[in-house]
Amino acid sequence: MKTLRVVPFLLLAAAAPAVAQTVTDFELSNGLDVVVIEDHRAPVVTQMVWYRVGAADESPGHSGIAHFLEHLMFQGTEKIAAGQFSATVERQGGDDNAFTSWDYTGYFQRIAADRLDLMMEMEADRMRNLRLTEEDVVTEREVILAERSQVTDSSPGALLNEQMRAAMFLNHPYGIPIIGWRHEMEALSREDAFSVYRQFYAPNNATLIVAGDVDPATVRALADKHYGPLAPSDGIGPRIRPQEPPALAERRVNLKDARVSEPYVVRSYLAPTRSSGDQKEAAALTVLAELLGGSGTTSELARALQFDTQKAVYSSAYYDGTAIDYATFGVVVMPAPGVSLQEAEDAMDKVLADFIAKGPEAEAFARIKTQVRASQIYARDDVGSLAREYGAGLTVGLTIADIKSWPDALQAVTPEDVVAAAKTVLDRKASVTGWLMQAEEAGQ
Amino acid sequence: MIFLRSLCLILVWALPAHAEMNIQSVTSKGGITAWLVQDSAIPFTALEIQFRGGTSLDAPGKRGAVNLMTALIEEGAGDLDAQGFAEARDGMAASLSFRPYQDSVSVSAKFLTEFQGPAIDLLHLALTKPRFDTDVVERVRGQVLAGLRADAKDPETLASDTFNRLAFGSHPYATTGDGTIDTVTALTRDDLVAAHQGALSRDRIYVAAAGDISPEELGALLDRLFDGLPATGAPLPGRVEWTLAKGITKVDFPTPQSVVIFGHGGLKRNDPDFFAAFVLNEVLGGGRFSARLMTEVREKRGLTYGISTGLAPMDHAEMMIGQFSSDNDKVADAIKVVQDEWQKTATEGITETELADTKTYLTGAYPLRFDGNEAIANILVGMQMEDLPIDYAINRNALVNAVTLDDVKRVAARILAPEALHFVVAGQPEGLPPTR
Repeated sequence: MKTLRVVPFLLLAAAAPAVAQTVTDFELSNGLDVVVIEDHRAPVVTQMVWYRVGAADESPGHSGIAHFLEHLMFQGTEKIAAGQFSATVERQGGDDNAFTSWDYTGYFQRIAADRLDLMMEMEADRMRNLRLTEEDVVTEREVILAERSQVTDSSPGALLNEQMRAAMFLNHPYGIPIIGWRHEMEALSREDAFSVYRQFYAPNNATLIVAGDVDPATVRALADKHYGPLAPSDGIGPRIRPQEPPALAERRVNLKDARVSEPYVVRSYLAPTRSSGDQKEAAALTVLAELLGGSGTTSELARALQFDTQKAVYSSAYYDGTAIDYATFGVVVMPAPGVSLQEAEDAMDKVLADFIAKGPEAEAFARIKTQVRASQIYARDDVGSLAREYGAGLTVGLTIADIKSWPDALQAVTPEDVVAAAKTVLDRKASVTGWLMQAEEAGQ
Repeated sequence: MIFLRSLCLILVWALPAHAEMNIQSVTSKGGITAWLVQDSAIPFTALEIQFRGGTSLDAPGKRGAVNLMTALIEEGAGDLDAQGFAEARDGMAASLSFRPYQDSVSVSAKFLTEFQGPAIDLLHLALTKPRFDTDVVERVRGQVLAGLRADAKDPETLASDTFNRLAFGSHPYATTGDGTIDTVTALTRDDLVAAHQGALSRDRIYVAAAGDISPEELGALLDRLFDGLPATGAPLPGRVEWTLAKGITKVDFPTPQSVVIFGHGGLKRNDPDFFAAFVLNEVLGGGRFSARLMTEVREKRGLTYGISTGLAPMDHAEMMIGQFSSDNDKVADAIKVVQDEWQKTATEGITETELADTKTYLTGAYPLRFDGNEAIANILVGMQMEDLPIDYAINRNALVNAVTLDDVKRVAARILAPEALHFVVAGQPEGLPPTR
């Protein structure tokens, strides 16, 4: 199916981690949390180290430093020459990469299971022994600026998203972009990177996930050998960020850009996250997103705007509650030619109001429950994505028990829960509405 | 949102496995063959089907017909309208997807063991009895047209479409299989029916399955699944030879960063030099951080976020192609670096260390690809499309290891052609010579 390349958000699958895999966890004496997820079908292992630091932990004026440090972690240590980290992984037939979000920074290698020893030696080494030259820092800063050009500045949809987040969060650092604001990125220094590194890159601020063809006893022995000797950081405290004041006024953001071909309207609401021990409302919101916009054919938005009427060419809803402080719940509608953004927004609001008034259809609700159950089975086919779910969940403060019980939380959601969550969260006062618009021709 | 350290670009290479994996060939009573890896560890099956031909089968003036037809396959079939079809699919949590490529139409299905029978019946209905209801055609046509309008303002698509137009003349490869605003607007229901009859035929089917299914079950399922499809498909297009000359073509588009597509002719998948060329490409432009282009353009100079090249042996032509993005004031420098590296590698080949490192990477990475039912089914259907033997997976690493430094040097001189390397730049590049 031909899909639109400008679509701003991916559909949320009825995400649900699998419970049938064997998951073991333990903690080293220096505070490193270790989780082992076994899958013995292929002789492959994924090692991931997740640090509990991300863009929302940056000091003011230094946006992008968490992500910049992620890039610089590939430079070298006393034992490993600059650029040799990835080269060594590749020589062993593996792949490696890293990622940064607001709440975490993660590093991973995927490689033949019998090479885990070497991977741990290298990953443990760069947890405390990074070396950076001024020249490396200057060149890599050009790379992150090129990344910003490619990923954000070349995409009007990404720019609108960035502006909307800045408008959504009045006080919380979730409003700054992970990649950073360009003018602050240009000033990021070697010392800025090292200061984050020294404080946050330590065993007592990290979770090690080892997933694949491994047994927990071997992982424990290797982890003791390589990570065990590392000193913890004394700079780790609770992750307390500035919180949002009460939301009193809805916000609107109109972004006009000559590169826009298909305008759309997107509404983002401030929403609760999954909390340890209480995932009920997050589960209801996950089901709500599925019902409103999960299917391009049978969801409430698709049926009302693409089937019963032809007001839209695309519609969707999204929610991901895996974050420390706040999540966002979103709906998006791309109007059909001849339909204005205001008409599209009005039609979208009517769908939301009608849903709250009527509640979900029984059949649609039952289908989503079947899909939740099936997604647990399908998830077992991809141990790498399981590793990411555990890593993200644990890093934002959930427990293994929370992650394991998430499918049950989804199954327990009732139609009443969904409507109650919709009433609470779909509050215009705590929302940002974005219009992506075509810029008028020059001179008009 | 997550930012990765690197972007993975085009990989035109799909394959191998570890020797212990048991790949069976299953032939149905009706004569359809499928490759199977049976594994009942997880109660579901991944099924991959390819119909050779794809959007290149579009009849003259009907560009976009196969694409639109493929988008409509799961929008109503038999006695189910679009809503009914989606409800049936989602009610058993099956996943069905239909994707058009220039040389094939690909079908991916995933279903729980408990729903094997009804899932196959539903897929059969979609493959053989799509309805093409008028209102549905208009709705999906609207989506395709929206995509085409977006493409006209997307520098990546502008660069890629321009490159193909320059390279492939009047061949179907010269234009996007999505069609144009005009051709898609003009398509009729009859055109879609004809595209369906031409693109999904029994003589061009390739099938692979992995997961919780026995050879007997798979054999029986194959005949049910394809019953009712036409025996033969629309005629395939002929070959197209590479004639594009060296040059730089600019596509003016107002954006801060230019997208660059570059390339020249390549070699066939069954060429005796293919593995030497494959190793060569890995060293020069493999997407990995240690590849020459990644090192020179990104790591040493910070001119891009990512750059890679790939060999593209298609059914009717071959090319070696690469891509990167650079800010408008840096793109001229980046192109110069690519040209220099191309020249250097064509003349000097690669080093002993690069050859050894690349072999250990490729042979070590190969078994890692076979790490799930979906991955395995995908690889197996790709092997059949490339006409590889069923024991290929066992021998593939030996073929990589057999490549010598002299092989690579010879093939570098043969296929790397700095004198033919053409760049298409979409953006507002500064300091580039005028288009030749």
